[in-house]
Amino acid sequence: MKETIKRLARIFFIYSIRIISLLLAVTIVSFLLVSVSPIDPVQQYILGLGTAISPEQRAEIEDYWGINKPPAERYFSWLSEVLQGNLGESALYRRPVADIICERFLNSLALMLCSWMLSGAIGFALGCVMGMYRNRLPDRLLKKICYVLSSLPVFWLGLVLLLIFSVWLKWFPVGFSSPIGVRNEDVTIWQRLYHLILPAFTLSFMSFANIALHTRQKLVDVMNSEYVLFARARGEGEWTILRRHGLRNILLPALTLQFASFAELFGGSVMAENVFSYPGLGSAMSAAGLNSDVPLLLGVTLFSALFVCTGNMIANLLYGIVDPQIIQVKS
Amino acid sequence: MNQKNETLLEIHDLSISFRMYSHGLEQRDLQVISDLYLTVYPGEIVAIAGSSGSGKSLLASAILGILPENAAVHGHLHYKGQELTPELQKQLRGKEIALAPQSVTFLDPLMKTGPQVDGHRRPKPIDKRKQLFQRFELPDTTQHLYPFQLSGGMARRVLVSAALITGAELIIADEPTPGMSLEQALEALRMLREMTNEGKSVILITHDIDLAFEFSDRVAVFYAGTTVETAPASDFKTGPEALRHPYSKALWRALPQNGFQPIEGFQPYAGDLPKGCLFAPRCPYRTSRCISNVPPVREVRGGEVRCYHGA
Repeated sequence: MKETIKRLARIFFIYSIRIISLLLAVTIVSFLLVSVSPIDPVQQYILGLGTAISPEQRAEIEDYWGINKPPAERYFSWLSEVLQGNLGESALYRRPVADIICERFLNSLALMLCSWMLSGAIGFALGCVMGMYRNRLPDRLLKKICYVLSSLPVFWLGLVLLLIFSVWLKWFPVGFSSPIGVRNEDVTIWQRLYHLILPAFTLSFMSFANIALHTRQKLVDVMNSEYVLFARARGEGEWTILRRHGLRNILLPALTLQFASFAELFGGSVMAENVFSYPGLGSAMSAAGLNSDVPLLLGVTLFSALFVCTGNMIANLLYGIVDPQIIQVKS
Repeated sequence: MNQKNETLLEIHDLSISFRMYSHGLEQRDLQVISDLYLTVYPGEIVAIAGSSGSGKSLLASAILGILPENAAVHGHLHYKGQELTPELQKQLRGKEIALAPQSVTFLDPLMKTGPQVDGHRRPKPIDKRKQLFQRFELPDTTQHLYPFQLSGGMARRVLVSAALITGAELIIADEPTPGMSLEQALEALRMLREMTNEGKSVILITHDIDLAFEFSDRVAVFYAGTTVETAPASDFKTGPEALRHPYSKALWRALPQNGFQPIEGFQPYAGDLPKGCLFAPRCPYRTSRCISNVPPVREVRGGEVRCYHGA
């Protein structure tokens, strides 16, 4: 046990170094991209003020912000602020970026978590069914459905679901994370969940097909393995084999895939949140991009990189904890 | 009919072919076992000898009914006089017919050895497993190990235990001894022999020909997916003059202690089999009849041989 903890601590340390260096690289690249883009942060700031400004005042702002300094110098002064926890102020919302990310992320987290668990459960179950009926009718049918689903764009699917379930059937609200005209503190958890259902389904539709197809392939490999042949020779039925050997051997890859899907999840949430006007991190990101809100854009970029990295790290750590072969090799 | 009731397992004219896609969508059947015969009587050990690719392991799968889906089986298999239908095979496997597979890859890599040997049936035969492990000199901790933590010899002993624990009437042991020490191999074979003393039978598939001759009652020689000869094991100890088929004689002479003499050529590949006798291209006694016709099985001096000339 002590060995395991020691080993995990070491892995954790290594991953932390990796994440930090990756985040540094992300800051450099995104800062570089923004500084060569035609976005003029001063212009956006002035636009946001809503009042006219004289050229002298403008020059004063530019001077105060250090616009005319070399990019490297600007980068380091920005980085040192970021390291102290100051991500700047959003030009669009006139609030600290860190606050916006925090608030929006909680909304997004609820959405992503729901759809993540939904797609994991549906995908795994479907994958098992497809694997057990491999090359027979249920498998062929489900496989086609999966291919269609995974090639549909999220925003289109979102619009169709919105049209069917909200506009025609009126089962679900058309958008937002809470009812209109209700004060934030009066919104019940049920109302929030009710608003969450459709976006969560849309988002999970994007990834469960992928998980199902991967699980199917892995299960097919397992069912063709020699140890399953031996299990058959011992008189185990197909479903006993799934229970005794199948699940055991496909769970690990499925789990890894599930945690590695954080990137897709985040990418999908940008689309889904926009379609459903859901106030999450994804919609904040697209708003920041469309309105040239540089501090918010950089802040969200950094945060999403951290989010995806964490997912991958969890996947890798899990493998080390669960798979006896890896534990043995590493110790 | 009368004889069928006495045999435990009777196989004749067994052919197995696989449906393959060769070029694009062009299908063709690849025949891997042709006109094979084998009889197993209660209380005997029948060794199956033959080089790699002679169809030894496939025969085991065919008896158990666990061939891949693209395999087609023709011929007659009878167990205790009853035709071995897929339904019957399903009932028998793991209960009356058990397999001791040939390598550690037949064990689930993520399941500990103990539960794996116990199998899925309840009640779990834990006491019997402990006894077996003890006889095989497997330490008690073996049950907590994963297959990848077993040495080659330990894995074989675990695999043989997994077959013995079923108490089956017929055990098909596929290469059970490599990797074991001589004492362990002898112990494994002694345990198989004990089984036969209770009237049970063993099919011993092996490369270890000396051990097979020593411990089996009869030997079936396989070549390119067919049985060329079955003979009492004692004939193999006597020497080539007691054997019936030219290939068996060649096999005997190729053993290190018997001169280590190889013969020319190689076993034909499935899909490229000769029209007549499968051994004809390499046979020193071949005649035009051997090249055009498959010789029938004949009884010669208490054994069976598939050859026009064998005597």
